[in-house]
Amino acid sequence: MEQRLSESPAVYGKSSGLAGAGGVPETLRDGEHRRVLRRRRIDWALHLVFLASTMAGVLVLAALIVDIVMDGWARFTPELVTNHPSRRASQAGMRSAVVGTVYMMLLVAPLAFILGVGAAVYLEEYAGRGRLSRLVQLNIRTLAGVPSIVYGILGLAVFVRWFALGRSLIAGALTMTLLVLPVIIVAAQEAIRAVPRSRRDASYALGATKWQTVSRAVLPSAFPGILTGVILAMSRAVGETAPLIMIGALTYVTFLPGKLTDPFTVMPIQIYNWIARAQPEFHELAAAGIMLLLILLLLMNFAAVALRNKFRGRI
Amino acid sequence: MPSIDFRNERRRRAERIVPAILWACAGVSVLTTLGIVLILVTETANFFRMVPLGEFFASTRWAPLFEPRSFGIWPLLCGTLLITVIACLVAIPLGLGAAIYLSEYAPRRLRAVLKPVLEVLSGVPTIVYGYFALTFVTPIIRAVFPETGIFNALSAGIVVGIMILPMVCSLSEDAMAAVPSSLRDGAYALGATRFEAALKVVVPAALSGIVASFVLAFSRAIGETMIVTIAAGATPKLTANPLESVQTMTAYIVQVSLGDTPHGSVEYGSIFAVGTALFAITFLMNILAQYLAKRFREEY
Repeated sequence: MEQRLSESPAVYGKSSGLAGAGGVPETLRDGEHRRVLRRRRIDWALHLVFLASTMAGVLVLAALIVDIVMDGWARFTPELVTNHPSRRASQAGMRSAVVGTVYMMLLVAPLAFILGVGAAVYLEEYAGRGRLSRLVQLNIRTLAGVPSIVYGILGLAVFVRWFALGRSLIAGALTMTLLVLPVIIVAAQEAIRAVPRSRRDASYALGATKWQTVSRAVLPSAFPGILTGVILAMSRAVGETAPLIMIGALTYVTFLPGKLTDPFTVMPIQIYNWIARAQPEFHELAAAGIMLLLILLLLMNFAAVALRNKFRGRI
Repeated sequence: MPSIDFRNERRRRAERIVPAILWACAGVSVLTTLGIVLILVTETANFFRMVPLGEFFASTRWAPLFEPRSFGIWPLLCGTLLITVIACLVAIPLGLGAAIYLSEYAPRRLRAVLKPVLEVLSGVPTIVYGYFALTFVTPIIRAVFPETGIFNALSAGIVVGIMILPMVCSLSEDAMAAVPSSLRDGAYALGATRFEAALKVVVPAALSGIVASFVLAFSRAIGETMIVTIAAGATPKLTANPLESVQTMTAYIVQVSLGDTPHGSVEYGSIFAVGTALFAITFLMNILAQYLAKRFREEY
């Protein structure tokens, strides 16, 4: 393609001259030459425009990171995770929020993993290909597109009110589980589908039952892919704010939740609380909290990519 | 390899019980949908027992928290639409441009670097974008237009646009990559430049996939919550001026749930009424996008 651009315009002029060997007037050949030049100039200009729009996204990402690191660097200290929230910005930290996020993940990860993989195994290995299972499939895709705040409304009405769990850690974890479930199901289904048929056939040929085949031949092969999907879904859950505000995760918690029914807060909500205050000192704290959150997400994504690379082509 | 014993009672029981357990897991996702619909419908019905349907759709004032109260959805819809349109004005040209660059122009190695970098943008939590809008984009806008308030629709809209940009880019690029290369080669053989091949052959062939990505991004922008809560303010009003503060449907829901609203009150019910409107709009958008994407797949 580079070659096309570097070709001399004379080539076009000459070829059009050949085409009109019967005596094309000089002016027409010139006109055609100019037209080709113009078309190529347009191509080149648009090339730059498309490159610029690609780079716009990259530049914004860079600006975002620089903006946050510049604001938050001074407050990115050990005190950020050892101190509890405080009304005085100089002493405030996000200990209860960090612990809340960790507890939340410890609850959501196994719940979402079991439900998500169970559903995926059912849909891929047990369910027929009939209308009902197509409907369930459509339903899962639709759920993935529901705004996260709607899950918050669901959590508020079902877990907080109906199950009377109150504004508690477990209510938040259940809401989050439902939120990440569609993502995990889709990822697990893809991983299971990638396991070659021959592996199943070999297992059946040895006389294994269906569940033995699924649990000892299919799932171990699909496991890295499933785990990658689960980690990515978790990294989405770590950054979610709106649904937990809905179910009433408190923004000012100066204690660590001790049991499942205790009130709690998480990192994004603590950050929101700091952003919502007018004083610039709290904005610095928010930026430092965002740095911590982004580092956590980065580590999770690295883990997912590393897993994927380690097991690539090992099925 | 453990020996397989078909008389083993436990094993046979597992064969019967396991599918039932797995079926129940799959059932959770169906129950989630049913739960969402059921709760939205019943609570919204409760709300409309207190507030007449006519007021909801005919009044142009949304003032749920102070007297005289009024529950007209239009200001919230207008705020949502204003932000979403700004977001699409940012995301669609940039996203499509980037998709064309990545699919038609970029050398393979550059593409392998740029694509993951753009995808990082979609993994950034919305709370982070909210901070970015408030502390970076808003001051720039206020430097250019000094009359702009701290909270304004423009800043929130631009940043929501950046948030949905990777979605437009990556889905459009997928659609263009799915166009058979023979079509491209045909265009080049006729002497087309890369731009002409992209504009007249590849984009038209991938059009329904590209439009589907626009619709999905639009729907994502409507449902976005934290950026608009932080940067757009909490002033429900009918305005098309992007420099003013507005309130979106999502931001209203957050505002009410941050306060301590007693269960059964009109404000509590209004969350569900607004939530129903939000759910209905995004649901229709997503169905439309799936329909468009499916039509596209069937063409080749």
